[in-house]
Amino acid sequence: MHESEVQMESPPRVLITKIGLDGHDRGSRIVAAYLRDAGMEVIYTPPWQTIDAVVGISRQEDIDIIGLSSLATDHLIIPELMTTLTNEGLDAVRVVVGGIIPQNEIQKLLDSGVSKVFGPGTLREEIIDNVKSLALSAQKLKRQKWEEA
Amino acid sequence: MKQQKSISEKLFAKLQAGDVSALSYAIRAIENSEFESAEIYNRIKADIGRTAVIGFTGPPGVGKSTLINAYIDCIRSADQRVAVVAIDPSSPISGGAILGDRLRMAAHIDDPGVFIRSVSNRGHLGGLCAAISGIINLIDVAGWDVILLETVGAGQSDTDLTDIADIKVVIQAPGLGDDIQAIKAGILEIADVFVVNKADMPLADRAMRQLQAMIDLRDDKNNRVPIVKTVATEGVGVDLLKAEIDLRSQKWKVVDRQARVKKRMHRLFAREVGRLMERKLASMNQSEFSQVYEKLILGDLKLNLLVERMVEELQEILGD
Repeated sequence: MHESEVQMESPPRVLITKIGLDGHDRGSRIVAAYLRDAGMEVIYTPPWQTIDAVVGISRQEDIDIIGLSSLATDHLIIPELMTTLTNEGLDAVRVVVGGIIPQNEIQKLLDSGVSKVFGPGTLREEIIDNVKSLALSAQKLKRQKWEEA
Repeated sequence: MKQQKSISEKLFAKLQAGDVSALSYAIRAIENSEFESAEIYNRIKADIGRTAVIGFTGPPGVGKSTLINAYIDCIRSADQRVAVVAIDPSSPISGGAILGDRLRMAAHIDDPGVFIRSVSNRGHLGGLCAAISGIINLIDVAGWDVILLETVGAGQSDTDLTDIADIKVVIQAPGLGDDIQAIKAGILEIADVFVVNKADMPLADRAMRQLQAMIDLRDDKNNRVPIVKTVATEGVGVDLLKAEIDLRSQKWKVVDRQARVKKRMHRLFAREVGRLMERKLASMNQSEFSQVYEKLILGDLKLNLLVERMVEELQEILGD
């Protein structure tokens, strides 16, 4: 099978969610609408999700990208999510984070496997472009996992 | 046009073993028509037809997702494993979608006996999505006992469920219309069971009476469609709904399972051919289309005769 024959026509599947106790969800709703308008299939959940719920939804919905919003230190539990995703065999899923992340803690997130952190003022196009290209790489990894011996 | 490929041995084996990640991946692939549906069907046909398909339909906002959420509890207490396919509309402008049905079913996320999948209709009209038969077959092979199918918030003519679901539950809520609405043709005619949800609201009894009056007008007095009152948010009446559905399930259990699958595949086949043909014709260049256009205008091209000839030819090909 040549790569060109399985050219991606699949809309990215994105989970927009929040873990932890912070309930400020305006940002995540706006981003969900941006991504919908860019032609993506967006699964949206209310805030206060557990890590297990995020992992479960990602598995059942064949998610390419998890977009996490964090405005009040909930980003500190993201490394635990990253570990759980890997342990559960969902290491193809890419994770991006948006919101208020202190400068000196961004690297910690990236080190734990987060692909991208979007701070305040990030342009819509930047989010869309990044999510699209990360979705492609997630889909490619999944295809390798299931379709190659 | 994109080349379709065979399902890999690895994916197929995992799918049959009930692996949720494998099922999840395969559903996406079949939505994208990456696999040849007919080929998958050939490989799995000995295994399908075991799963009961219960369809839930009704206008937006009557509580379909909430009722399904309550119904999942009922099924789980009977120790059956349940898969939900919840379909939401895609944007006619961007093709994107916000899939939000599952947020009313959030309580079940930690239960390995519940699988919930949100599906975009990708512009398909009729209440479901183009790949629905294929999706049902995959879930069937993966060994789930019951599939609950939630249509998009359905209009009067979204009657796709008819050929797909074994049992069709049509949900209404109080205050949606007068008794003329109730005797119109369309979605109300396909119900095996009616539900009046939000039965704690005013006008609930009137909605019951209107549906009852419609049912009374029908010829088939021996096969009356039951009406169940529910308050899905409280779980009220859901056990009664399950009892009515189970009663009707007896009927399809005795019907040859392959016959039910065949009916579903017939629909799938017709649709796939239509879709492939549409793509092919849409990609004609201008000069190719000019010929078609002239013949259409001059009137010596009769589309129905053309299609009949094509189907005859198809039968000849299959006959060889």
